[in-house]
Amino acid sequence: MSRYLIRRLLITIPSLLGISVALFTILALAPGDPFGELATNPAIPPEVQAALRAKFGLDDPIPIRYLHWLVAMLHGDWGFSFVSRVNVDTLILQRLPTTIAVIGAAQVLALLVALPVGVLAAVRPYSAFDQVVSTFALMGFSLPTFFTGIILILVFSIQLDWLPFVFRADLPGSGLHWWWAEFKQSIMPIVVLGLFLGAAMMRFVRSAVLDVIRLEYVTTARSKGLPERAVILKHIVRNALIPVVTLVALQMPAVFGGAIVTEQIFRVPGIGSLLISAIQSNDTPVIMGVTFVFSCLVILCNLMADLLYGWLDPRITYR
Amino acid sequence: MNERELRGQIEDVRTGKLSRRAFTRMMLGLGLTAPLATQMLAHSGIAVAAEKPVYKPTKRGGGGPLRVLWWQAPTLLNPHFATGTKDQDASRIFYEPLAAWDPEGNLLPILAAEVPTIENGGLSEEGTSVTWKLKQGVKWHDGQPFTADDCVFNWEYAADPATAATTIGSYKDVKVVKLDDYTIKVEFSKPTPFWADAFVGYFGMIIPKHLFGQYAGAKSREAPANLAPVGTGPYTFVDFKPGDVVHGKNNPNYHMENRPYFDTIEMKGGGDAVSAARAVLQTGEYDFAWNLQVEDEILKRLEASGKGRVLVTMSGNVEHIQLNNTDPWHEVDGERSSIKSKHPYLADPAVREAFNLLVDRASVHKFIYGRTGEDTANYVNAPDKFVSKNTHYEFSVEKATKLLDAAGWKPGADGVREKNGVKLHAVYQSSINAPRQKTQEIVKQACQKAGISIEIKSVTASVFFSSDVANLDTYPHFVADLQMYTTTMGQPDPGVFMRSYLSGEVASKANKFQGRNITRWQSAEFDKLFDQADKELDPVKRAALFIAMNDLVIKNVVVIPVVTRPVVTAAAKNLHAPISGWDNNTYALAEWYREV
Repeated sequence: MSRYLIRRLLITIPSLLGISVALFTILALAPGDPFGELATNPAIPPEVQAALRAKFGLDDPIPIRYLHWLVAMLHGDWGFSFVSRVNVDTLILQRLPTTIAVIGAAQVLALLVALPVGVLAAVRPYSAFDQVVSTFALMGFSLPTFFTGIILILVFSIQLDWLPFVFRADLPGSGLHWWWAEFKQSIMPIVVLGLFLGAAMMRFVRSAVLDVIRLEYVTTARSKGLPERAVILKHIVRNALIPVVTLVALQMPAVFGGAIVTEQIFRVPGIGSLLISAIQSNDTPVIMGVTFVFSCLVILCNLMADLLYGWLDPRITYR
Repeated sequence: MNERELRGQIEDVRTGKLSRRAFTRMMLGLGLTAPLATQMLAHSGIAVAAEKPVYKPTKRGGGGPLRVLWWQAPTLLNPHFATGTKDQDASRIFYEPLAAWDPEGNLLPILAAEVPTIENGGLSEEGTSVTWKLKQGVKWHDGQPFTADDCVFNWEYAADPATAATTIGSYKDVKVVKLDDYTIKVEFSKPTPFWADAFVGYFGMIIPKHLFGQYAGAKSREAPANLAPVGTGPYTFVDFKPGDVVHGKNNPNYHMENRPYFDTIEMKGGGDAVSAARAVLQTGEYDFAWNLQVEDEILKRLEASGKGRVLVTMSGNVEHIQLNNTDPWHEVDGERSSIKSKHPYLADPAVREAFNLLVDRASVHKFIYGRTGEDTANYVNAPDKFVSKNTHYEFSVEKATKLLDAAGWKPGADGVREKNGVKLHAVYQSSINAPRQKTQEIVKQACQKAGISIEIKSVTASVFFSSDVANLDTYPHFVADLQMYTTTMGQPDPGVFMRSYLSGEVASKANKFQGRNITRWQSAEFDKLFDQADKELDPVKRAALFIAMNDLVIKNVVVIPVVTRPVVTAAAKNLHAPISGWDNNTYALAEWYREV
């Protein structure tokens, strides 16, 4: 087991290196630079732009720029943003709590909806409940978050005027009042993201349960005279959940992708919006930093899923 | 309009026949700026004390929170690093210049005790120096006194190329000397008619020596105060998350009585312009939204909710179409649009004039920009009586057709005009932005009627406006026949804008496309006028020279101005927020209050 773990961790090093080379090359070849706004302002002499480019090393050849970045990264120096001149790790750490709070809550909401609904739908397949739920699920994962987000804003912020649509990471106040305000501003982004995730997950739970429910040991459990509730909870759901756990683990990094759009709509100051604004201004160090965090997350979550799988299903061994 | 006529108008202002406001508007119509207009009046002895904005509150604070929305989030709070207005506006909450430009183009003393004039000895007769008297008793947020040393330090800091300050242009050619603790002298190497640049407005904000002193030059990025500003401004720093939000609170020791009114300020960033407008005009979640590049139709609809209003402030920004004077389609010495080449058909004045006739500015204003793009206050289409006789605009497909026929451009088999094998086929590029693409469409349709085929090209703004030397799609490369954009920000001095038609400023591979002359138009006559204006100390004579330069540019159809772009912002119904088109949106933040 530990040998397997070490081997897996060693394999991540070349993959991370590969990812960083690919990312850096694409970014370096992409057009544009962070000083566009200076270019159109006639009061700023063009030398300023040239000096900034030289100072930030933008005029060096790409392989040299990459080496500089890599060496610094190995020393734990993530570099600094060309735009705000702030260290990249500071920027990411500032945004992380909000992202984790919003995405975590959305993931929990998705699970809370998907698990019971998925199981119930599978227990009575093709019933009216199943049909209705499946239709909604189809709509849920077909509608992109930027669409549902705007619809919610139109209804709840503009028509009804119940909820604010600008998210503030730093609500003042404390106590019950603060929690209420926090709830009001978070509900829309969390619902948008949570239901989007939940819809896909519910379909997955349903089919996983359907796979298990027809197996003979379930029939055995029923014929033993176990109450239906115990059959479902102890025998069916437990076994059906193994692939679901893997799915959730693998979905975690993908969630950050979905959050980028949601964060932009509701002005949630998370990692996603940091990435978007960095891309818009060609702020290479920040893009590298954020995408690097994302790729580490993907690799880590993959590893976790593999390990979890073995733990849940002892028949799988690691060599 | 020549010098004599200008003097006549100034006399009219003196005798009261013409209001100062109308005079300023007229000068804007001639391609000048409001600050230059007031300079002319001041020089002619018409007292121009900046009118203090109306301010009703009778005590400091007590106004509750002020919440403003900048949809492009501020990313840094050191004014010397600001890469755009968003950063300058945010820095202006905490930092102040010696003087600011009000909407009428007057200088409003902020950290200066008074505006320098020749009468008070602030300006030298030869135009080689300015002496600023500083306001006494001003304290930095940490209690240290603000003195002449701080000003001298800002000059050293910004002028040092190693600092990589974006304000370097305002400081590198001057010398700042401390006369005493509260007096500084800015010395120019040659007579300088436009003296109010260093320490004034956009680039004038002053940072404290005691916190930045050891971080001048190459270490500039390491200063802790870059992210935690300590200034003299109306609000003191609370916290800042780059790209998200800036917080400040009432400065109890602010140097102006009864100001500021609000207890706290929050500047939130991110999102897009339309939803920012919505948050102020429709839901009232925020009190103020900046730079609303939104179609007027949408703004009107949002305004109907009654929670806020749209503020339109005049400025000198002009959305214009540039005509390429060089050949963008053939390389000369490895360079497209090389100054050594000649454009195959735009070199023909008749074709240029035809294009000028084919831009339907009235429709662009009426159907696209509305209040956010006036075709009236523009230098080519100002009210009739002010327009200089050489520059006028007209939209007429018929006239354009006649003109082209007469010049020998005959329609070919496909309906596109041609002459000697050269087809009138133009690539017309601009950045991606809904109103721009609609304008392109309007021009394209008119051109098609006249037998000119237009190919529309749209480039992402972040590429179009970048300084990437290797990318052919940026605007300085100008690999197209026509291109359209707005020069950002209303510069207080027209000299800066006029620089972009100088022969020596042609953008080329040799200068890494950093030359300001994008159209690559060269005229010895223009260069001569510019040289004269550069030395002319009499603002009236100088204005006449600028008007003559403007006439040259318009007469030769170097550019086709489309609409002026005023500063468009939104404010809550009861918010009193003075905005200037010649300075930052937050230039008078201390004067903001809520009517109750």
